[in-house]
Order: sequence, then C-alpha cells, then structure tokens
Amino acid sequence: MPSHPRDGPALQPPGLGPEPPVASAQALIDVHQLQAWYGRRRVLHGIDFRVAAGEIRVIMGGSGSGKSTLLRHLIGLQRPASGTVKLFGTDLGTASERELLAVRKRIGVSFQGGALLTSLSVGENVALPLREHTRLDESTIRIMSRLKLEVVNLGGFQDLMPGQLSGGMVKRAALARAIVMDPRLLFFDEPSAGLDPVVAAELDELILRLRDALRMTIVVVTHELESAFKIADTITVLDQGEILMTGAVEAVRAAPNTRIQDLLNRRPREVQVDAETYLRRLTEEEG
Amino acid sequence: MTNHANTVETEQCAGHVLVRLGGEVDLSWSQDVRRAVLAALQGGLPVGVDLAAVDYIDSSGIAALVEGLQGARSRGVAFALIAVSAQVRAVLELARLDRVFTLAATTDEAFAGP
Ligand SMILES: Nc1ncnc2c1ncn2[C@@H]1O[C@H](COP(=O)(O)OP(=O)(O)OP(=O)(O)O)[C@@H](O)[C@H]1O
Ligand SMILES: [Mg+2]
Repeated sequence: MPSHPRDGPALQPPGLGPEPPVASAQALIDVHQLQAWYGRRRVLHGIDFRVAAGEIRVIMGGSGSGKSTLLRHLIGLQRPASGTVKLFGTDLGTASERELLAVRKRIGVSFQGGALLTSLSVGENVALPLREHTRLDESTIRIMSRLKLEVVNLGGFQDLMPGQLSGGMVKRAALARAIVMDPRLLFFDEPSAGLDPVVAAELDELILRLRDALRMTIVVVTHELESAFKIADTITVLDQGEILMTGAVEAVRAAPNTRIQDLLNRRPREVQVDAETYLRRLTEEEG
Repeated sequence: MTNHANTVETEQCAGHVLVRLGGEVDLSWSQDVRRAVLAALQGGLPVGVDLAAVDYIDSSGIAALVEGLQGARSRGVAFALIAVSAQVRAVLELARLDRVFTLAATTDEAFAGP
C-alpha cells in the first residue's frame, strides 16, 4: 500500500507548528508491551497492539477488561508504566510537549460520557478545535462546523445550548466536534451506548463513510456485537488486561477460545473461586 | 495512486472562468483555494472548478467550494464542479452536498448554452 497521502511533507496548516516526522506510515498505532497499573493493581499486562492506516479496529471485552484504560494510553491521557505507545511514529512516553501537541491535533476523540462545554452553543462547541488549532477564516470555520453537524444529523442545531439537547444529541454533537478537524486517527469509546437503534445504525454507517471518504483510521470500543461485526476490519478481544485475540471478524467469530465465545454469545461468566478464598473476601478487614 | 502537485490555477475561458485544482486539498492550503474561487467570481461570469487532478479533499476544501457556490448564487451566476473523482464525490455525499452542487463531467456539459 502506498503511504498515506497526508503523511507526505505537506505544507503546514495555518497556525500549526512544524510536525514531527512520521516514522512509520504503515502502523499508525504501534503499542509494545504496554503495562498499566492503578496503585498496586496491574490492569494491562503487557499489551502489543498495532493498527494500520485506513483500518477500522474494534476493541471488545467484558466490563473492566481494560478497554478504556488502553484507549486512554493510546491518546496520551495516561503515560505507560512500562512499554511504549507510538502514534504516527511518535513515542508518546518520551515525546516533548510540542510533539505531543502535534499528535493531538491529528487525533479525534469521542469518549464514554464525552461532554460539551455548557456555556457555549452547540456550534461553538463543535468549532472549538478549529479555533484552538487553526487560523482559518471565520466563514470557513462556520461552514466546516455546520458540515459536521449535518454529518451527525444535527443540521440546524448550532445555536442551541447543550442543555437543550437530548442525551443522544449531545453524544452526536461531541462526535461532530471530534471529527471537525478531519483527524487522521479517530478514537471512540462506546459510541452507540444509550443511542436508539436507528441512530446507532446511522453511526455505524458514518464510521464506515469517515474511513472511506476522509481516509480516517478508526479505533472503536464497543459492546455491541452487531455493530462490531458490521464496521470492523479487525477485532481485538481484551480479557482481564490481556489480548486474547486479534483477527478479522470471521476469525474471531470462529475462534475456539471459550472466553471469546462467552463474550460473543453473551454467556454469563462461571465464577471460579474456592470456598476458602470466598470466605476470606467476605470477612477480611479493609486496607 | 497518482499524486498530483498541490496547485490552483485560474483560466479565463470564453464565457466562463475555470479554476483548476490539483493535489491534496487540505487545511494546509485550502485558504488559497478559497481565495482563488472567490476571486474567480468577481468577473460575474459562470465559474467551473475542475477537480480532475485532486487526489484528496478534506472538509476545509469542501468549505471553500460551499462558499464559492454561495457567492455564485448571490451573484446569480452558475457554479459547477467538473470531473469530480470518487474520493471527492464520497466527501460530498458524506454531507449530502452532492445534491447541492452542480456536478458535470466536462466544462462543455456544465456550461452548454441553451
Ligand atoms: N481511575 C481508576 N482508578 C483505579 N482503578 C481503575 C481506574 N480506572 C479503571 N480502573 C480499573 O481498571 C480496570 C479496567 O478498567 P477500564 O475502565 O479500562 O475497563 P473497561 O474495559 O473500559 O470497562 P467498561 O466496559 O465497563 O467500560 C478495572 O478493573 C477498573 O476497576
Ligand atoms: Mg470503558
């Protein structure tokens, strides 16, 4: 595959500082032996994770398996305790503030419970990244942010305040803001949670079109199997901080691993604990 | 994929103005495209934007075209996108703009007089 067109030595967007060189055009995301800890509890046990340009990757896994934690490391919100996270070839663990900023300008993030600023109108919220990171004309900013509201089916809602939107509409407005700069890399944590089925299906369609039309590389965390199978090129299954499998949709569906099949078939987990441990857990003093 | 250089050229033709774009129209220079398109409208003639050599266009490039169309409308002159590639069409369709713009295969098709 040829290198991504936007990886070339393009002129700088107005207002953007020089960008770090792109070391690897193929793997936009390259994670090596990532460990994450919360206090003394390790929740990611040495993860290897690579995503190629133009790919739609879905991360699945039970609640608490570490999906959001992985995502927070991918966008540089959490620094690796050990291991490396590289985006566009930039090692987020060792990057300077300037390099981190350059990376952040090229990624879009739509998070679990992603919020809008309540003091700004919907249109101003969506336009915010353009105002922060570019020096585009006012008319261009207006058209670009309204285009993205159209794309998420919120055309005409730019003058409302966030408090005047439904929960699902806030979610879509936050998505419009995440894609307003046409990011090379887009991260989604549970995009369709809490949306009605029609809107959720529209969102799947949108994710595919963002990749096809704007050549975005997209990482989606979802519990929705139907959605995962529809949009994913590749699925990564996380379980208790480890990757059980990364593979094409068909391969994951056919995987013999019982944990994967439990997840796909919505089978309740068999909790394995001996009587001794169980009793200790119930009675042990805290601390 | 053929890669064209980033270019914007304006040509005065018989009865219309043609703006030829090439390369990857993105945030880094879409403001130049915007200025060229708005300048082309100054003469009061129909404007065609030839996108045959465009390998990629982002939303800021599309915004320049939208502003051009709006400018043409307010002047009462025709505005057409010519030789739109699959990628450009996909971005137009993403925002349902394929129904808003006049899309033509050639300049003749766009500005053929009655
Ligand atoms: N801020 C935190 N402090 C302490 N522990 C945390 C924190 N965030 C997450 N954890 C723990 O890390 C583990 C992984 O959590 P994470 O939020 O990554 O899971 P998840 O896969 O995103 O789950 P869900 O599907 O419920 O969103 C869980 O055991 C959780 O309790
Ligand atoms: Mg989570």
